[in-house]
Amino acid sequence: MRNVVTIARKELNAYFQSPIAYVLIGAYAAMFGYFFWSLVYFFVRASMQAQMPGRTMPMNLNELVIRNLLGNCGVLCLFMIPMLTMRLFAEEKSRGTMELLLTSPLKDWEILLGKWVGAVGMYASLLAFSGLNLIFLFAYGKPDWKPLAVGYLGLLLQGAAMLALGMFLSSVTQNQIAAAFSTFVLLLMLWVFEWMSNMDQNVVTEVLTYVSLLRHNESFIKGVLDLKDVLYYASVSFLGLFLTARSLESLRYRG
Amino acid sequence: MIQVDGLTKRYAHTVAVDHVSFSVEKGQIVGFLGPNGAGKTTTMRMLTCFMPPSEGTASIAGFDVVKQPLEVKKRIGYLPETPPLYPDMEVGEYLQFVARIKGVPEKEVLQRSQEAAAKCFVKDVWSKLIGKLSKGYRQRVGLAQAIIHNPEVLILDEPTSGFDPKQILETRDLIKSLAGAHTIVLSTHILQEVKAMCESLVIINKGKIATSGTMEDLTRRNGAVMEVSVPDGALTAEDLSAPFSSIEGVNGVTATNDGGLWRIDVDTVTSEDLRPKLAQIVLGQGWNLYRLDSASVSLDELFLSLTTLGAEEVKQ
Repeated sequence: MRNVVTIARKELNAYFQSPIAYVLIGAYAAMFGYFFWSLVYFFVRASMQAQMPGRTMPMNLNELVIRNLLGNCGVLCLFMIPMLTMRLFAEEKSRGTMELLLTSPLKDWEILLGKWVGAVGMYASLLAFSGLNLIFLFAYGKPDWKPLAVGYLGLLLQGAAMLALGMFLSSVTQNQIAAAFSTFVLLLMLWVFEWMSNMDQNVVTEVLTYVSLLRHNESFIKGVLDLKDVLYYASVSFLGLFLTARSLESLRYRG
Repeated sequence: MIQVDGLTKRYAHTVAVDHVSFSVEKGQIVGFLGPNGAGKTTTMRMLTCFMPPSEGTASIAGFDVVKQPLEVKKRIGYLPETPPLYPDMEVGEYLQFVARIKGVPEKEVLQRSQEAAAKCFVKDVWSKLIGKLSKGYRQRVGLAQAIIHNPEVLILDEPTSGFDPKQILETRDLIKSLAGAHTIVLSTHILQEVKAMCESLVIINKGKIATSGTMEDLTRRNGAVMEVSVPDGALTAEDLSAPFSSIEGVNGVTATNDGGLWRIDVDTVTSEDLRPKLAQIVLGQGWNLYRLDSASVSLDELFLSLTTLGAEEVKQ
């Protein structure tokens, strides 16, 4: 357990020692801030229209602002996650530090779990920064905090699953760009499988719809905590970690 | 301490290491010598559990590298050819990280890292970024990393590459001072390094062991060199060599006179050391004996003869 913590701390520090963390946090804050500002702008305009006679409609911060905001965050993940995962193993391999890790008294699963936890920690700090904006909603409005918490939990679980897949792709190459791009394509494919739900229903489209990352994020964003979706993200994370473990093992044999 | 038996590493089309066997006693420094691409690094990687052998076994301190890798890894310090450093970390931070993953108890992490840094002369760059260090400093941080958990066995892959002459001398002294407490295997293709540091050596070529043994055994040729003077001074070279030719096992005697003393070279084919016999003959003849040495072959000659022979075999 101590080894996992050591590796996770090292990974988290590595993000903050390189420009990656600051670039990502800055970009994420800017995008999130823009989403937030525009959604609140529309919300305010809509609420003014709602005050006009004869056009009453219920106004709900959760539905109109938070839900859209979190949905957009999910899309942002597609771009952020590859940049977080690309260096995890590819960098160690190209720098030769993999040799240090693999000849230290560490078990493979300790290495990869540590790296994954470190990456999830970095991603969680991105999410935490986005939360700063929401303070204003609580200061000037009365949103319900429970669906918001569920939405954030969903984003975290979705990110963790994506990070595990990205980590696997980083472990099969020495080239960070290759790792990042393949991760992006994989995540994008998993994302757009959602479209299958609008096609003719058959086994293929049903399965592909089910494995879509977006599909499982929707209920979280609505504030619905569904065990089915939690299990989905947990199993995708496990799959990613498992594949990484196999990849490390084959690395030893191929040298 | 280290026992290697028939260790083999095969890749799809090549055999990188072919049935290598040797053993190293506790506290020894063993030089692993061979031309570039001979299989030194691959052998070391198998010893450090970085990659499993295709065939054969190796054990370190009684633990098998395949069956008990964690036990082996606890007991080895390894400096790969390129030191495994994180350029974005500070030296002190890096050493503490390594100490933790090597299993040093948390209370001792700082102290051990500082000790290792001091031993390897990197204390003065403790809070510098590794990426900003010169190559010599990086290599020494790599060495500090290898000794941080006080391992029983140190495996060093070309430890002095990239050093200036002063650093080479310092590092040699450092490595020599580590022997005794640690068993050290170091690979190199620099012959002076082996001469300066190692007690025994393994010469490897094309993945196979060309020869191995102690430095003295390998470089000793079973012959002798004498320097004598003859009191009455009227002898020829034939007269001087004749008494030795009749000894069993001698296959050539040459005597030369370069001004003062006669120099007599005796070549033998047996493994017996003939020096006592030679001394008796010289004294029996009434000559004065000034010098009697066993003839030795230089390490350079030995290395070249072994590794070029291998090259010819491959051509055929």
